[in-house]
Amino acid sequence: MLGIALKMLFRDRAKYAMLVCGLSFCSLLMCQQISVFCGLMMWTTATVRNIGAPVWVVDAKVEQANEVIPMRQIEVERVRSVPGVAWAVPLFIGMEQARLADGSFQNVQLTGLDTGTLTGRPMEMRAGRIEDLRLPNAVIVDQVAVEKFRKKGIKIQLGTTFEINDKEARVVGICHAARSFFGQPYIYTTFDRAMEYTKPTRKQLSFVLAGPSAGVTDEELAARISRLPGLRAITKDNLFWLTVLWYIKNTGIPISIGTVVILGIIVGIAIAGQTFYLFVHDNLRFLAAFKAMGARMPTLAAMVLLQAFSVGFIGYGIGVGLVSWFGSVVLVKEQPPFFMPWQVPTFVAIVIVFICSFSALIGLIKVARLEPAVVFR
Amino acid sequence: MSNLAINVENVVKSFPAGDTRTYALKGATLDAKFGELLMIVGPSGCGKTTLLSVICGTLKCEEGRLTVFDHDLRAMKEGQITRFRCENVGFIFQQFNLIPTLTAVENASVPLILNGVSTAEATRRAGEVLEKVGIGEKRHSYPSQLSGGQQQRVAIARALAHEPRLIICDEPTASLDAATGQKTLDLLKSSALQPDRCVIVVSHDNRIYHFADRIAEMEDGRVTGIHNDPKNYHHA
Ligand SMILES: Nc1ncnc2c1ncn2[C@@H]1O[C@H](COP(=O)(O)OP(=O)(O)OP(=O)(O)O)[C@@H](O)[C@H]1O
Ligand SMILES: [Mg+2]
Repeated sequence: MLGIALKMLFRDRAKYAMLVCGLSFCSLLMCQQISVFCGLMMWTTATVRNIGAPVWVVDAKVEQANEVIPMRQIEVERVRSVPGVAWAVPLFIGMEQARLADGSFQNVQLTGLDTGTLTGRPMEMRAGRIEDLRLPNAVIVDQVAVEKFRKKGIKIQLGTTFEINDKEARVVGICHAARSFFGQPYIYTTFDRAMEYTKPTRKQLSFVLAGPSAGVTDEELAARISRLPGLRAITKDNLFWLTVLWYIKNTGIPISIGTVVILGIIVGIAIAGQTFYLFVHDNLRFLAAFKAMGARMPTLAAMVLLQAFSVGFIGYGIGVGLVSWFGSVVLVKEQPPFFMPWQVPTFVAIVIVFICSFSALIGLIKVARLEPAVVFR
Repeated sequence: MSNLAINVENVVKSFPAGDTRTYALKGATLDAKFGELLMIVGPSGCGKTTLLSVICGTLKCEEGRLTVFDHDLRAMKEGQITRFRCENVGFIFQQFNLIPTLTAVENASVPLILNGVSTAEATRRAGEVLEKVGIGEKRHSYPSQLSGGQQQRVAIARALAHEPRLIICDEPTASLDAATGQKTLDLLKSSALQPDRCVIVVSHDNRIYHFADRIAEMEDGRVTGIHNDPKNYHHA
């Protein structure tokens, strides 16, 4: 009878198409929007992921990774004095203006790495050597800088020069870095040179990066450093989630995306539920005939469930498939934001299962109430 | 096995109607024998369909005795009745009730599949029955591609496919023109009627009365008369 059920479904072309379209649209909307949301959240944590140090030490009032409250450079020494700290290095992060050869300006994220160790160095070099950062006036730019400068008609290659706050910067390397929320290019240099590029102030240390010695976990280390007055130490993972949660709480992003997701669910339930109801309703007469001919309730229930879940499965496949394809195109360009961890399709699958169960349930209630005697009328 | 296929005695069936109940059957009594085509006739609303439903177990009656093939239907549980119906009863409806998205042969195979026959075997046997009722060449047509008479033949094939002992027809000719109705009844009688079978036909249509072996006349929820000579029966 399950074969019969599938034939009844697939050959009812109009309703079948409608059901699959509704569920595809619903999966697509949810999956795409949640992935865009995840992508945006990934952008907000670009610095954390680019630098990648295990423990981050900040001013006690800092709430997330994109908020910089400058500290005195002496704090590096204070962190080093905490037992269990294997190493601790300074990191400068600041928004500066680069002036290009044609006189136009570009905001850049200036990143000053510890001069000795270059801790937090870019993970992927596309051209040049990271060690050349120690040469005079040397900087390494990311792919975003290359792209942004190209739009202004300037081709960046090894040896290209521009100015940061009237001081010369010479490109010795091109790297690939995770894209930031506002999309400013990352410009890497040493901590000492970053001090030269920026206007001198009393406090210029943005972060202290630290690593634990053997036998000490990141969490333990963070807890120990946090006991220093005025400082807060956060593990990389915690900083990632603190930042994501901060953006969820303090921006309109979750609300606007959540609205679309909820709309997707409502549209899915409305279209799929209603069409499936119509489908069952139109077939009620025949289901009653089956019942009269001796089909038992479990058989009929299995038929209705199979029908509901096969359209759900197909619609889900199409919707998520389209989003994955969209994602594979987008990921190459890194814009618009897109990130689809396995939790997203899983969540969408759960919602689709819910919608299908709901639709099937409505149909089943009708079938259960069916008197087989109605076939004579 | 007695010669009596069905024994209905003083069966009462009512339906709720507002605060009161309407009595569709008020003590109907009827026998059907093996090997006969029994026709039930009577004015609209006299309870013919209700009686059929009670006999095949799709409706439960409130009072009386009801024996079908030596089974006391009133003592059986819902699930048992369903299985009993699945194995023993073939249906032919006024509206045919063929599934529009299934081909003729798929429609005819449904009772076999419900009886646990594999789809391949069911399709083969349904095809044979379609041959027997003379529309073998239309086996892959959908109901919408068939004429009324052809559809009713498919319905007959479906009713016969699993070789049930009881075949129940409610107004089988009401949706057909006179000539097709005659042919359908002819076919029904020749293909369905066997010594170990019983066919019950409810009808308004006095042009097919002569196909019956006996006619039971109903009025107001009761069987008011049995006529053993249908050829000379004229409705009051
Ligand atoms: N499900 C039901 N609910 C309420 N009343 C019903 C129901 N089924 C039948 N009745 C009533 O029972 C009586 C007998 O109905 P039934 O359908 O058996 O008549 P019938 O002889 O088959 O009529 P027709 O020739 O018009 O088909 C009618 O008065 C009808 O209104
Ligand atoms: Mg009737």
